[in-house]
Amino acid sequence: MRRRFTVASAMVGALALITLAGCTTDPNVAAPSDDAAATEEAVEWFDQELFDKQDAEREVVPEGPEGEPWLQHINAEMIDTAEFASEGAKKACFANASISNPWRQTGWITMNQQLEVLQEAGVISEMETRDAQDSDDTQIADIDYFITEGDCDIFLISPNSTAAMTPAVERACDTGKPVVVFDRGVQTDCPVTFIHPIGGFAWGIDTAEFLIDELEEGDKVVALRILPGVDVLEQRWAAAEKLFDEAGIDAVDYFTGADPAEIKKIISDELAKGDVQGIWMDAGDGAVAAIEAFEDAGADYPVMTGEDEMSFLRKWKDTGLTGLAPVYSNFQWRTPLLAAQKIFAGEEIPKEWVLPQSPITAEEVDQYLEANDGMPDGHYAKFGGEDLPGYPQVWQDRIIP
Amino acid sequence: MSTSTAHQPSTLDRLANLGRTLISPRGAVFLLLIVLLVMIAILNPSFAEPGQFIRFIQRVAPIAIVAIGQYFVIVGGEFDLSMGSVVTAQVVIAGNLIGQDDAMIVPVTIFMFVFGALVGLVNGLIVSFLRVPSFIVTLGMMLALLGGVLYWTGGAATGNPADAFREIGRGGIRDLPVIDILPWSVVVLAVVLALAVWFARRPFGRTIIALGDNATTVRYAGARNWWVKTSTFIISSLSATVAGILLVGYAGVHPSVGRGYEFTAITAVVLGGVVLGGGRGWVVAAAAGAFALEALFTLLNFAGVPSTYRDAVQGLIIILAVAYAATTVRARRRGRALETPAAASPTGTIPPEAAPVDQTSPAPPVAKEPDPNPVSARPAPIPSTQRADNETKGGS
Repeated sequence: MRRRFTVASAMVGALALITLAGCTTDPNVAAPSDDAAATEEAVEWFDQELFDKQDAEREVVPEGPEGEPWLQHINAEMIDTAEFASEGAKKACFANASISNPWRQTGWITMNQQLEVLQEAGVISEMETRDAQDSDDTQIADIDYFITEGDCDIFLISPNSTAAMTPAVERACDTGKPVVVFDRGVQTDCPVTFIHPIGGFAWGIDTAEFLIDELEEGDKVVALRILPGVDVLEQRWAAAEKLFDEAGIDAVDYFTGADPAEIKKIISDELAKGDVQGIWMDAGDGAVAAIEAFEDAGADYPVMTGEDEMSFLRKWKDTGLTGLAPVYSNFQWRTPLLAAQKIFAGEEIPKEWVLPQSPITAEEVDQYLEANDGMPDGHYAKFGGEDLPGYPQVWQDRIIP
Repeated sequence: MSTSTAHQPSTLDRLANLGRTLISPRGAVFLLLIVLLVMIAILNPSFAEPGQFIRFIQRVAPIAIVAIGQYFVIVGGEFDLSMGSVVTAQVVIAGNLIGQDDAMIVPVTIFMFVFGALVGLVNGLIVSFLRVPSFIVTLGMMLALLGGVLYWTGGAATGNPADAFREIGRGGIRDLPVIDILPWSVVVLAVVLALAVWFARRPFGRTIIALGDNATTVRYAGARNWWVKTSTFIISSLSATVAGILLVGYAGVHPSVGRGYEFTAITAVVLGGVVLGGGRGWVVAAAAGAFALEALFTLLNFAGVPSTYRDAVQGLIIILAVAYAATTVRARRRGRALETPAAASPTGTIPPEAAPVDQTSPAPPVAKEPDPNPVSARPAPIPSTQRADNETKGGS
């Protein structure tokens, strides 16, 4: 009998740990294990060189077709792809990290609509997709499957994590077929092109500068962060934290897992401690709960940065608060397929394809609300699919392909 | 705490018992809760203001209600891992079906309760008749519900439901003296807790506890085990539904609402001294466990523990607290012979064979209101057996 209870105690301990994992971080988006140590110190995420590069890229007017930001690029070094030029419809193989958050889901829908266009144009015959469900191991297996049995003409890879995926991407490059990487990066330049928006530091600079302009020195900013350990998110905070620090803004950060109940508790506690003048978010998911916490506490609305997610834009408009919606360009999900089209046509493409990334300001919010009327709350305003078939119904119904 | 009760004219013995119970592992959760609340109040005196404190209770209400539901399942000897996903599903159902249409509030609310009961019924029937461990059944149910929600919503909520519906979780009776606002959540929590305490003392509630202690005895006593077990799952799913309704108001619609609630609830229940595997525990202590957990999170917020190692601090404190509370079992196993008659004697003489069953449930010194009629309530499962006798025989 005694043993039974020892076992029970052990289970309790295990459960308690799982609880913590469950409530405070999103277990679906695992931090790359190699970077686990680095999450301890926000400072280590800060990279002055990258910070300066992205800071400069924010000011650059992108090149490329007017009105089609998914084809524009910033400071590109063009490369020749004539070696891959080939006739006929090709098979694309897409190793996706996951569709576990609204941002990836919106992009995934857009990508599928873009695929439809290219299939009709006879560029792509089919796209075989493997969803790694936020697991490095799964994605490595997925890529190896594509290499050996996929019969692929081109590899599209959205890596789950940077370091762990590098060898698998290199193996894909070794096949001699073109490889396109987008969103999160890898530590090799073997892919034909690496597509991504300007980056996390640019996000951090845009948002922090906005809050610093609107607030006074000594004001309190609460930073709501989704989870630790993901480079694109960590870089947002690393940049913002540095700027807040320099400007004398009192910033305190929390991990929320994007759970609105968690966000509301955090804000309520902060408001109980003292006034809060600003809210900074590393992703807009759950922004509404943060604003409602001010309403319920009877406090003045904060100056706030969210994201271009519809829920935030709508609440922003309703409340009339002072806000900014930074953007991590969702339209980048179209670009890999369009890059494939260019590669098989033998056209020049950027080696590092930096897409524009500009926040939605108070002047633009009406325009984006109108353009995305009827979209669900988890939809992203800069999804860039207005000219694709199925618009707007496919995004309104939000059926994940 | 113990000094305040000194004014009561009751005997010194009683007081000493209370003090001892608070320090003993069995009352640990209440002591922990008091310590945490005092520490929060020291760090941030405004927390002790009635208006702030009632807001704290409002915030804890959903998780406390989930813990109360989980209590019945655990004390009956099973687990319900699907509670968090039931909360999520109900939140999304409310968001998608009610929308901005006030006329839909009543029908959708009824639908949500039916849906909740159905989830519990399915869990319970599979556990009872297919003999699949509840850990697996409810884990499967959790995945099925989360997958269903993902499929239905495409991972993003359509939007929050009508404000009138959200009022339950967000609003309250306003312009009151002292506390300013009495949130509806607090009222709902009080009602649910009162119902749970009442139900746990009913013959059926005692049968649940007995089932967790020794299923064979309960079967020989003639209770329909499958129904008792299934009903615990229905209770837990319904409590998750209530929590979901409160959370829609409090937080809003999001596929992550309710995530991790099953484990938080299990932790709260165990923190409240309820034994995993069933048969021992008090529902009020389970609710207190939920309060203690939330107070801990709040304390860490106020203490300004850096976000990077906040989880580790939380985990350590929870493990220590639970480990301490778990020693109650060992302590009681050794000390039962001495402790039981002493504690029980004021309320009446108990037939020795009945004592072990009851011993599990509200420990008399902690239960401040004494059981009105402990003797008649205790053997209650037996009368119901006469009817069911034939069935059970056929079944076994």
